[in-house]
Amino acid sequence: MSTQQKPDQLYASREPVFPRRVKGKFRNLKWVIMIVTLGIYYLAPWIRWDRGPELPGQAILVDLANRRFFFFWIEIWPHEFYFIAGLLIMAGLGLFLFTSAMGRVWCGYTCPQTVWTDLFILVERWIEGDRNARVRLWNAKWDLRKLRLRLTKWAAWALIGLATGGAWVFYFTDAPTLLVNLVHGTAHPIAYTTVFVLTATTFFFGGIAREQVCIYACPWPRIQAAMMDEDTITIGYRSWRGEPRGKMKKQADDGVQGDCIDCMACVNVCPMGIDIRNGQQMECITCGLCIDACDDVMAKIGKPRGLIDYLALKDEALEREGKPPASVIKHILRPRTILYTALWTLVGMGLVFALFIRPDIDIGVTPVRNPTFVVKSDGTIRNVYDIRLRNKHGEARPFGLALNQDAGFALDVEGTDGTVVMVPADEMAIIRVYVDAAPDSEAAHEERTEFTFWVTDLTGTERAFAETIFNGRTN
Amino acid sequence: MSTRNDKQDVETTGHSWDGIEEFNNPLPRWWVWIFYATIVWGIWYTIAYPAWPGLKEATAGYLGFSTRERVANEIATVDAANAEMVAALESVDLTTIADNADMNSFATKMGAAVFKSNCSQCHGSGAAGAVGYPNLLDDDWLWGGRIEEIAFTVTHGIRNEQSMSTRGYGGVMPAFADSLSHEDIDSVVNYVLQISGQEADAALATAGETVFLDNCVACHGEDAKGSLATTRSFEDPADLIADGEMLGAPNLTDAIWLYGGSADALTATITNGRGNVMPAWSEEFRGTSGLTQAEINAVAAYVHQLGGGQ
Repeated sequence: MSTQQKPDQLYASREPVFPRRVKGKFRNLKWVIMIVTLGIYYLAPWIRWDRGPELPGQAILVDLANRRFFFFWIEIWPHEFYFIAGLLIMAGLGLFLFTSAMGRVWCGYTCPQTVWTDLFILVERWIEGDRNARVRLWNAKWDLRKLRLRLTKWAAWALIGLATGGAWVFYFTDAPTLLVNLVHGTAHPIAYTTVFVLTATTFFFGGIAREQVCIYACPWPRIQAAMMDEDTITIGYRSWRGEPRGKMKKQADDGVQGDCIDCMACVNVCPMGIDIRNGQQMECITCGLCIDACDDVMAKIGKPRGLIDYLALKDEALEREGKPPASVIKHILRPRTILYTALWTLVGMGLVFALFIRPDIDIGVTPVRNPTFVVKSDGTIRNVYDIRLRNKHGEARPFGLALNQDAGFALDVEGTDGTVVMVPADEMAIIRVYVDAAPDSEAAHEERTEFTFWVTDLTGTERAFAETIFNGRTN
Repeated sequence: MSTRNDKQDVETTGHSWDGIEEFNNPLPRWWVWIFYATIVWGIWYTIAYPAWPGLKEATAGYLGFSTRERVANEIATVDAANAEMVAALESVDLTTIADNADMNSFATKMGAAVFKSNCSQCHGSGAAGAVGYPNLLDDDWLWGGRIEEIAFTVTHGIRNEQSMSTRGYGGVMPAFADSLSHEDIDSVVNYVLQISGQEADAALATAGETVFLDNCVACHGEDAKGSLATTRSFEDPADLIADGEMLGAPNLTDAIWLYGGSADALTATITNGRGNVMPAWSEEFRGTSGLTQAEINAVAAYVHQLGGGQ
């Protein structure tokens, strides 16, 4: 081997991508999904929800200061974080399911990076024109017109970024109040910092980085290969039909030339800047725009649609031989996808079940073990417990404390005469209680006696309990 | 892929391993500039912030930054925020603290801090005491368990020389080694074991009752319940101790023993006497190292709500 040979450079500067405008069913689907997803993102914090006078009236609210998460009628406390974990597991399994069935549909249609980049390209096209105009502008020397167009575009992008960052902070506090404060300059510095950072990242990811995020930064393209197999429906080029490609000839079909007229429509519309005719590539996010572009051309030249199409690798051999491909259902229904669906459903049902059985009141008991017990003058043995009472209701409620009936202990609550404690709305009250065992009782001389604290919502029927230990005097 | 460097002749480092050579490319420009920038930043930093060590202290830095000062400021901010409550606590009527939720919460938290730094060395961090140091969680109070009595005890201490005029006299257990024989001590120990419900030699206990009546009732009372308060009169402010409540001399019939309730412990107590000292904590007796009135009130409120307060 010669050492004179120069190795390939590992670095390549980015080739700018100028996606052309395209019309078609997949493009329309993408518009709909964009409107729905962005609509949810921008508008969701403004949905109001009546929670009574003492709680925030926002339907979706991540109340970090009070460590509460409100989602319509659901309220999640920090100790119920497993709901979030469960949702994340479901999201993961859902992603597996969709990828193994239909390839990178998440990437192509709903990934925020794709949606915002799509929006940014739309704005770019409005301001600077379609592909050819943009390429010309890119190559043009800087003059007033270029400066004007660029500044307009950047300003529009920055505004979208601002709306994006602005919407984000609304999820964390009362949106109408925060909006007024943001405008008046009286909001918390963290709100401004967050808005600024998200404005900048939206601008950068959607306007500048675009497809490079998918290609270089996102781990998902690497993981997805493991989810996909020959039955996965993904975007492909029917090379047996298209090749040999070549410019369309005026004469009648000579039977040699394929359907591809090498018009580059599929390449020009690709937001990732690739040529799908080279086969499946890591860059491809399966957004379907090349299908729309090619179908359009095929219609014009009077050939059947689907030269570029959603298809499964398994069908290639069948189609080459002129046989009809297997049905979509057959591709999608296979052990792998059924397993993912089953797991996904299982976790989902578990979460729903947990959501319905969880009580709105809760008790936590921490025995005070410094010291383990106190001897009173008459020989009574006392144990002390710190008790946390959680009231997840929107109004203050009286909680009644009790022990299991056969415990034989006397119960006393510090600071009150009885055993009833008022717990403020949506709060946790910490109280100290004394549990006394009579001098001649068994528990007074046992090292460990198990017993149970019961807490009852006196305005309703809900009960909760916590088991703990009573330490007696053994010497 | 860019091939713009392919035409250049890049020299190698000259090393060759199995024919593999290493290009001697210059460092990337951006990296070099960041490197220079960090040097400039470093120089600026040592000028702006405390950096260069001297013999006694480091250079102060142009910006005059000081973590010590920052902590002092934070403490001052907290103190300023608490000033109103502390002032109120200074002159509060102790018996009303428990009824005022804000005051109670503030006083017990402040009291807990005072207790941890000043009292826990003897009484334990959980206030459970030890042999010779009373347990503050139980319902047995030699010097009164009401909140104002606790505050008084903290202020003046017990049996200490600075404050002899108030609680200095009370409750010293004298040594009986000289006045009682071994046999007498042995019998009175059995008597005390008997009246406190422990195993005792009945014959000795009967003999011990006589010894008890001759020697111990002056302080511990005929019923051995330590009714010292009824037999002594105190000038103000010791009026705090109500009639019928104990002052110093313990109840010998209950389950609580400050110095231990076993035969050995009782023998030692009677033979050698007992008289542990609690320091006086007020500024009156300790100067600037003492507790302020607000701190005394706070720690009294804290101890009072530990479970045994009366």
